[in-house]
Amino acid sequence: MSHPEVSAPARDPWVQRLMEPLLPPLTALLIAAVVGDLLILSFGQSPREVYRLLVDGTWGNAYGFGQVLYKATTLACTGLAVALGIRAGMFNIGAEGQLALGGFAAALVGLGLPAGTPAVLAIPLCVLAAGAGGSLAATVPGALKARYGASEVIVTIMMNFIVAALLNWLVATKVNVAESLHTPEIHAGAVPRLAEVFPAFHGSAANFTILVAIGLAVLVWWFLFRTRAGYELRAVGLQPDAAEYGGVNVGRTWWRTLLLSGALAGLGGINYVLGYKQYYEEGFAAGAGYLGIAVALVGRNHPAGVLVASLLFATLSQGALAVNALVPKQMLDVLTAVVIIAVATAVPEVQRLLRSLRGRQA
Amino acid sequence: MRKLIVALVVLSVVHLALLFIEPAGATRIATGDGVDVGIVFDVGGRGDKSFNDGAFLGAERAMKELGARVRFIEPGEGSDREAGLRLLAAEGMDLVIGVGFIFSDDLTLLAKEYPGVKFAGVDYAVAMDANGKPVPPPDNLAALKFREEEGSFLVGALAALVGNSKKLGFVGGMDFPLIHKFEMGYRAGVQAVCPDCTVIAQYAGVTPDAFKNPGRGQELGLSQYQQGVNVIFHASGSTGLGVFEAARRLGKLAIGVDADQYAEAPGFILTSMVKGVDEAVFGAIRQVQDGTFRGGIFELGLKERGVNYIDDANNASLITGAARERVEALRAEIIAGRITVPSTK
Repeated sequence: MSHPEVSAPARDPWVQRLMEPLLPPLTALLIAAVVGDLLILSFGQSPREVYRLLVDGTWGNAYGFGQVLYKATTLACTGLAVALGIRAGMFNIGAEGQLALGGFAAALVGLGLPAGTPAVLAIPLCVLAAGAGGSLAATVPGALKARYGASEVIVTIMMNFIVAALLNWLVATKVNVAESLHTPEIHAGAVPRLAEVFPAFHGSAANFTILVAIGLAVLVWWFLFRTRAGYELRAVGLQPDAAEYGGVNVGRTWWRTLLLSGALAGLGGINYVLGYKQYYEEGFAAGAGYLGIAVALVGRNHPAGVLVASLLFATLSQGALAVNALVPKQMLDVLTAVVIIAVATAVPEVQRLLRSLRGRQA
Repeated sequence: MRKLIVALVVLSVVHLALLFIEPAGATRIATGDGVDVGIVFDVGGRGDKSFNDGAFLGAERAMKELGARVRFIEPGEGSDREAGLRLLAAEGMDLVIGVGFIFSDDLTLLAKEYPGVKFAGVDYAVAMDANGKPVPPPDNLAALKFREEEGSFLVGALAALVGNSKKLGFVGGMDFPLIHKFEMGYRAGVQAVCPDCTVIAQYAGVTPDAFKNPGRGQELGLSQYQQGVNVIFHASGSTGLGVFEAARRLGKLAIGVDADQYAEAPGFILTSMVKGVDEAVFGAIRQVQDGTFRGGIFELGLKERGVNYIDDANNASLITGAARERVEALRAEIIAGRITVPSTK
């Protein structure tokens, strides 16, 4: 939706280095913007007016911006989860279930701790539980992939349904509040909202778990590009056979990566459970796991890119509410889909991954 | 790279050009001199042929008859419910309505924060305090609840009167208190006209998915009909479509729920137990307009026409005159308070 300055083809290597990764997603975004214009026109509305409302309702005021930050927090976690997987040559489609199980685990620990447990103890315990919960949902696909080479795409998708059914049942029968779809409120481990320090954010769900998301992005960057394990992970992602030849245990790397990826997705659950409502609710971030795939792709599987992309998709999601008076919510859903398709075809990583998936089938 | 840059430039130009198109009649400004009303639907709610669509109908009527200016919001995920309500409240709407029990917490929170705005919750679930006492909603919040058991009572009596069988069927969606109201009312209605009749009651599951499992509905329906049941009442969302399919296959009767479901299986729907969500929403808007709106818990039963059963040209041939008389007599007794319909197991 922005209009980037377009400079002449640059010879300067620094500009070149920046342009090369940025151009494909920018082009994709512009394609999406043009499709968005046409969609808005098809509803008989003025694109300028709709985009203005969209910006006003998101970045235009502190509350809207807080909502964007809130939504971006969850998306950053699921985006990092998917990005880490893709770096190792795997498509983790299970972030949806991992996120849900992570959130539920955090709520369980928060419920299990006695009221009055100091925050310095309770919050880390709940956060750890969220990561462990997400990892747990990724164990089965990880084991099947590492041991039998089962396609993680299929197994992680199937795990989403298993986790959803399990949590549905638990929340409906075991830890339920009557006439609701959520658990009781946690006794300890609540994370304060941003509004408590910056009153301008009043009313928005944004909370300090956003620091966890940013910290995770830094950690993932450090892990991928500054550690030996991260190097091995990337080598496996580029060419597993070559990596194996080079002495990397490919199966173990896949297994470890899926567990880490699951933990990252699971940590997204603390945003709602610890930071916003203080309880786990059925479908609390429905779709955020799948949207994480788009976030990773648009962010080009780089932690910094993931943070930016999560802000973009969060803006679209919050913006959908703001423009709902003029165009149906489905229009923004279509727009999100167009962004995903456009980026997916424009970004080299995806093309490579699609090629390798084709190769695997052959 | 060069190609991409060219594409980028072309796209930017096209985008900029499109931005300046101003279609005729853009930004429809809501007209009317009535009150400003905002409605937030349940996630994926519109098109459910049940209470979300009912709320929409009520709002539409208020637009036509009262000149109300109504804005709708369809939320995407959990946090959008509060965000949607807040957006509308912050805009200074006169009345903000949340559709579905899932809005209960969010409505309570916002009603306290915006005392100048009036709120209404359809199917609002009243919270209980530590001692199990209901917590009254804030003064500017109307909790619109329905006594589904009373409507279920009447269709139960009707089913027993025209069913030609000592066995009656019930298919529930999710096995939880909200749906037990339907079952208990139905059972009581059957017993009222046929003390030696039995009700076979089954639920499709214990999770919310039980409301959208037509396959399971058909399974339960077929098995109940084969046990000698001639009429099944379902309270199970789209799972009930499977019950209708079973009725169609075996030539039996089924009873719809929430809205008039005659069109789903014409000729096989004895009647439908309808909830007057449209009436409730319209009523709340009218009260705000009149200045008679007040907060509190409102239980809408037969007396308030909050629940009813369908008896019109479509299904009149299925209901005998004697049965109609008997059911209407029961209605009068419930309204007069001579019959109290149970709602819990």
